[in-house]
Amino acid sequence: MKSLKELEAIRDRMRQTVATRENDQNAVRVVVGMATCGISAGARPVLNTLVEEIARENVAGVQVTQTGCIGICQYEPVVEVFEPDGGKTTYVKMTPEKAIRVVHQHLMQGKPVEEYTIGALTK
Amino acid sequence: MFRSHVMICGGTGCTSSGSDKISAEFQRQLERHGLQNEVKVVRTGCFGLCALGPIVVIYPEGSFYSRVREEHVEWIVTEHLLKGRPVRSLLFDETVDGERIKSLDQTGFYKKQKRVALRNCGVINPENIDEYIAYDGYAALGKALTQMTPDQVIQTVLDSGLRGRGGGGFPTGRKWQLACADRGKVKKYVCCNADEGDPGAFMDRSVLEGDPHAVIEAMAIAGYAIGADKGYVYVRAEYPIAVKRLRIAIEQARDYGLLGENIFDSGFDFDIEIKLGAGAFVCGEETALMTSIEGNRGEPRPRPPFPAVKGLFGKPTILNNVETYANIPQIILNGPEWFASMGTEKSKGTKVFALGGKIRNTGLVEVPMGTTLREIVEEIGGGIPEGKQFKAAQTGGPSGGCIPAELLDTPIDYEHLSAIGSMMGSGGLIIMDEDTCMVDIAKFYLEFTVDESCGKCTPCRVGTKRLLELLEKITNGEGTMRDLERIEELAEFVKNNSLCGLGQTAPNPVLSTLHYFRDEYLAHIQDKRCPAGVCKALLVYKIDPDKCRGCTLCARACPSDAIVGSVRVPHSIDTNKCVKCGACMETCRFGAISKG
Repeated sequence: MKSLKELEAIRDRMRQTVATRENDQNAVRVVVGMATCGISAGARPVLNTLVEEIARENVAGVQVTQTGCIGICQYEPVVEVFEPDGGKTTYVKMTPEKAIRVVHQHLMQGKPVEEYTIGALTK
Repeated sequence: MFRSHVMICGGTGCTSSGSDKISAEFQRQLERHGLQNEVKVVRTGCFGLCALGPIVVIYPEGSFYSRVREEHVEWIVTEHLLKGRPVRSLLFDETVDGERIKSLDQTGFYKKQKRVALRNCGVINPENIDEYIAYDGYAALGKALTQMTPDQVIQTVLDSGLRGRGGGGFPTGRKWQLACADRGKVKKYVCCNADEGDPGAFMDRSVLEGDPHAVIEAMAIAGYAIGADKGYVYVRAEYPIAVKRLRIAIEQARDYGLLGENIFDSGFDFDIEIKLGAGAFVCGEETALMTSIEGNRGEPRPRPPFPAVKGLFGKPTILNNVETYANIPQIILNGPEWFASMGTEKSKGTKVFALGGKIRNTGLVEVPMGTTLREIVEEIGGGIPEGKQFKAAQTGGPSGGCIPAELLDTPIDYEHLSAIGSMMGSGGLIIMDEDTCMVDIAKFYLEFTVDESCGKCTPCRVGTKRLLELLEKITNGEGTMRDLERIEELAEFVKNNSLCGLGQTAPNPVLSTLHYFRDEYLAHIQDKRCPAGVCKALLVYKIDPDKCRGCTLCARACPSDAIVGSVRVPHSIDTNKCVKCGACMETCRFGAISKG
């Protein structure tokens, strides 16, 4: 180790890894439905894409977790985004491609992707 | 990229209750469900709540699973990690609040804690230097070497008000200052005292197991401050996990060039060697410790000369305790004002305690100085189990004293504890309930010091032995009032004339119990009675003829045929035959048997 820069490089690389362990109550929570219905509709690739894209783009203050069945099995894979202020967006029939757009547009720019939401689908 | 981290406690407590197997089972189940690339299993240091071990915490939810068994693992993997449904029945019940799962820092045990020395314990994998670096590890060393002069480092430690956490409470910055002359001209050493010996104390052990890099980093900073290029960690061989993790950590630090030559291109060289101790209590004393590192029999020598002048191998040496070191990197990083903002006027920062004895939440706690004993016992510790009454708290191990219930509101810091006849010690905190005999406790600690006295000086070698004999006389019911006077006289003599801290503090448990629980001594001497029902020689078991139904159960349980009586007629105990084992009392269904 010859410089602080080298140390900082390791720290920044590792930060993403350990960020999962920060139980931040003010984080935006991205919750993926992972009951049997969700898994069989393809929720696992959606979940993993979300995790990887958030890490790749270095998005801070976002926590990706899972939940069980929320009762709208026909719309799975379902992804809900909870804002710290209590706001909630429900995305339905998600795919990994859609997940990437949600990360970029919603989580990074704060603009929900209206056309993927449950409201757009049931209109 | 892992979406979830399963943190499994790898401290000594949880390891001995099977966390190794749980970890292997997690790995197996994750592979079985194809989750091994999504979920990461991490072995950590101690979470603190040892009473509920083995502990598993799953992130990002922060779900706290307690008393996990191997057969629970499949359930947790399929429900929680695969389907996203935390297994509520296995969660620590205090974190389950109806539908909501509370975070750990909202529970009674963690709410009042402030983790500084323990900040990485249970958070990182201690065998992975990158994880330590992720939490700003080695940044303090980098800052000291590249942006501060050695004198500035010492001034920072001085300003923080940090005092030795091994028990003495000597200001750490002052200690460093005393050894800082002639940097670069004379050989000097930095030592770490990890010879934690108080019965019931496991603070240093947990720091070494959970965050070994913090100690290494701090020792290097100390080396830079005083101008030493060599460090020794003196750790007892009976801490195998701590030794193993420390070895791994030193290797990793060397690989990264954080130990070795020209660290951070600053021209500063530093390396660390581990010395294993055989576990003699006296080797926790600084001069005995250094004598032992030199390869000699662990015996103390008179001071002065102090180690700062003439220490290890006759060279200027500083010796600090593990917990003291664990505070240093954060003081350098966050500044002395940050550290001094915690605690009381003369005792800054936090203190780690190993909470044990008759208390619900046995474990490791870290609180700001000035927290009262009551907060630790009742709120963090969760009170005394089985509805029993609190009787005393023992701090400072064999060198400390017992604090009675009426002093529960004493704020814990160096000054307050010595004012009430105890001491901070290294941080063992043993809680006693109404079933504890205070004379017996004093005897227990004295037996320990008699065993551990190195024998070099007479006051300690002979004095503690004579004290113990006097106490044995009392617990055997043969004590006289004259013996009490003798104890007090001899205790003072041993205190004032012993060579080292071991002997100088050995009478403390006797003196403090005699001060606060004199009535118990008097009951043993004058009434030939042990109020707590512990001292066997003074116990008499009796059968209450009004309650006894003559069922003969007790007579059959008695190993010495001391119970006489026929069926349906109240029985009685022949005290000459009774061996006071208590078997009759346990078997009686009518509560007819009492002891006293």
